[in-house]
Amino acid sequence: MATTAEPLPELLVDQLSGRGGSSLWKDTLRNVLRQRNALVGLTLLSVLVLTAIFASQISPFGPTQDLRRTEDVARRDAPCIHALGCPTTQPQHLMGTDGNFRDVFSRVVHGSRISLQVGFLTVGFAILIGSIIGAISGYVGGAVDNVLMRLMDVLLAFPSLLLAIAILTVLGPGLINAQLAIGIVAIPIYARVLRASVLSIRELDFVAASRALGESNVGLLVRRIIPNALTPLIVQGTLGIGGAVLDVAALSFLGLGVQPPDPEWGSMIGEERNQMFSAPHLILFPGIAITLTVLAFNLLGDGLRDALDPRLNR
Amino acid sequence: MTRYILRRILVSLPVLFGIVFIVFALARVLPGDPCTAALGERTNPATCALYNARIGLDKPIPEQFAIYLGDIARGDLGTSTKYGRPVTTILLERLPLTVELGFFALTLAIVVGVPLGVVSAMRRNSIIDVATMMVANLGVSIPVFVLGLLLAYVFGVILKDTPLALPPSGRLTAGTTVHPLATVWGLQGLGGPPRAILDFVSNMYTFNAILTGNLALLGNVLSHLLLPAIALGTIPLAIVARITRSSLLDVLGQDFVRTARAKGARERRVVLRHGLGNAMLPVVTIIGLQLGGLLSGAILTETIFRLGGVGTAIFEAVESRDYSIIQAFSLIVAVAFLVVNLVVDLSYAKLDPRVRLS
Repeated sequence: MATTAEPLPELLVDQLSGRGGSSLWKDTLRNVLRQRNALVGLTLLSVLVLTAIFASQISPFGPTQDLRRTEDVARRDAPCIHALGCPTTQPQHLMGTDGNFRDVFSRVVHGSRISLQVGFLTVGFAILIGSIIGAISGYVGGAVDNVLMRLMDVLLAFPSLLLAIAILTVLGPGLINAQLAIGIVAIPIYARVLRASVLSIRELDFVAASRALGESNVGLLVRRIIPNALTPLIVQGTLGIGGAVLDVAALSFLGLGVQPPDPEWGSMIGEERNQMFSAPHLILFPGIAITLTVLAFNLLGDGLRDALDPRLNR
Repeated sequence: MTRYILRRILVSLPVLFGIVFIVFALARVLPGDPCTAALGERTNPATCALYNARIGLDKPIPEQFAIYLGDIARGDLGTSTKYGRPVTTILLERLPLTVELGFFALTLAIVVGVPLGVVSAMRRNSIIDVATMMVANLGVSIPVFVLGLLLAYVFGVILKDTPLALPPSGRLTAGTTVHPLATVWGLQGLGGPPRAILDFVSNMYTFNAILTGNLALLGNVLSHLLLPAIALGTIPLAIVARITRSSLLDVLGQDFVRTARAKGARERRVVLRHGLGNAMLPVVTIIGLQLGGLLSGAILTETIFRLGGVGTAIFEAVESRDYSIIQAFSLIVAVAFLVVNLVVDLSYAKLDPRVRLS
């Protein structure tokens, strides 16, 4: 039976084909860019990502390079910037040198790689495992839901840093183990977020329609429900990256995370914390780097939440 | 209400069991032989067999778990491998300082955070609001250990010879002695739990100083506690300020507030009487949730300011791989967290009937 379809209205054609009109992502981006805080966060993050990509080009020395072989360098020397009046007879070090005669600026720049990697990997791991648990819990319901959620309650009862310390004393210190520990500790957050979304979405008409059309349970979950439940997960994940960076820095500060000589901001501070009163630059610069990184993700996360929360729609 | 309380407690029991099980399991999967970990590398197999038999490691796992549960019920949390003393004793000696520090940090967070949030909400988008929220954003982003070290540097080095100078480390000025309350009040003969409680209070030096009216000691203790309390309290402060602001803004947009304004109530009265009371529920919940963060923050804060509380004990335990202390403290903190949130939930239900009816 052939019918001649009426031409669709232009606006609808635009929306269906993704031309003009608006999509969730375009709307979100526009809303995010409209907020001052989120814009600051996005800018900071861009600078950070660029720093991490071009770390080798930006830094004048290697992150673990002992400068005694190449120049007349002093231990824990204060920052020396020629443009700001530091005598040119002294070697230039934007953020000074550390206790092992290394250039602090080069180490801080290279540290951005570790921190970004830590942030994205731990949160990615937590989101992946948490989503699987949350999706099963919310979709299957009943006893399975009850058991899984009580298990998540148990994990949530431990302060994240303390549980991570306990896990690391078992696994042994190191970057991979620290990421694993922080990741495990963060799982319940994402499991809860996805479970809540699944619970509300699975009752909606379009899911019922798909089920009526014969879609399998797995298909419903993967193709219909999860894509629509991603928004709160992205918001929580962005905020979570800031927390993960802070926690890994704290673990490294305590000597349980990244091990020397790798340039990680927390461990740089931990190594030199007793020099605070004689060489504050060794604490200050890595400290600023951690703070700005966490700030970037927090501001962006807040902005995303405001942009994606329909209750706040302007 | 009674039914709600019972149901809520009943739901917490499996979680409590799970917490104990996780702490137990973590200790049992420790890499390496617990015997060589405790007695050193050069122990011979015979000694190890004796050791394992003594601490029950030769028994099946379920039986070990049952024994562990029994030990906990008796208040026995194991023996520190580093100090060779019961962990409970070590924690009881160290806990007063940590409780004191946490108390001041949280007080600071509430006393400063709530008014800041209220002012920000009342003067929305003003300079005060923007500045407060900027500081709050920075406050949750700066690591506790960086803030602590910077505070120590500013108040201990830069402002050293000014009236604003504060001691950058330690709990008391060197040479100060604190007399236990039991001695001061002539209660040396007291024993058992009352004595333990008295000693606990006695070791919280601020309370000791207040109870004995020793103003010099009070000033001494407070000047040492101020910087650590600021370092530890900044994150909760920032969170409390943000939640107070957003919760109050939410409430101020509701109909009953419009009614209050319409009948001619002053803005101050509208905000403080009609708004704040209703806006406090989420704030109370958030304060309850800060406990865990405060205790993990204490590990970093006490280490930086060289205060000998539980936080320092954890740090030392991490360095010397003294797992029993970490295990015991994790257990105590997780259980405390569970109890505090149970209390918060129950008070929430009392304040808001909708919670217990849902």
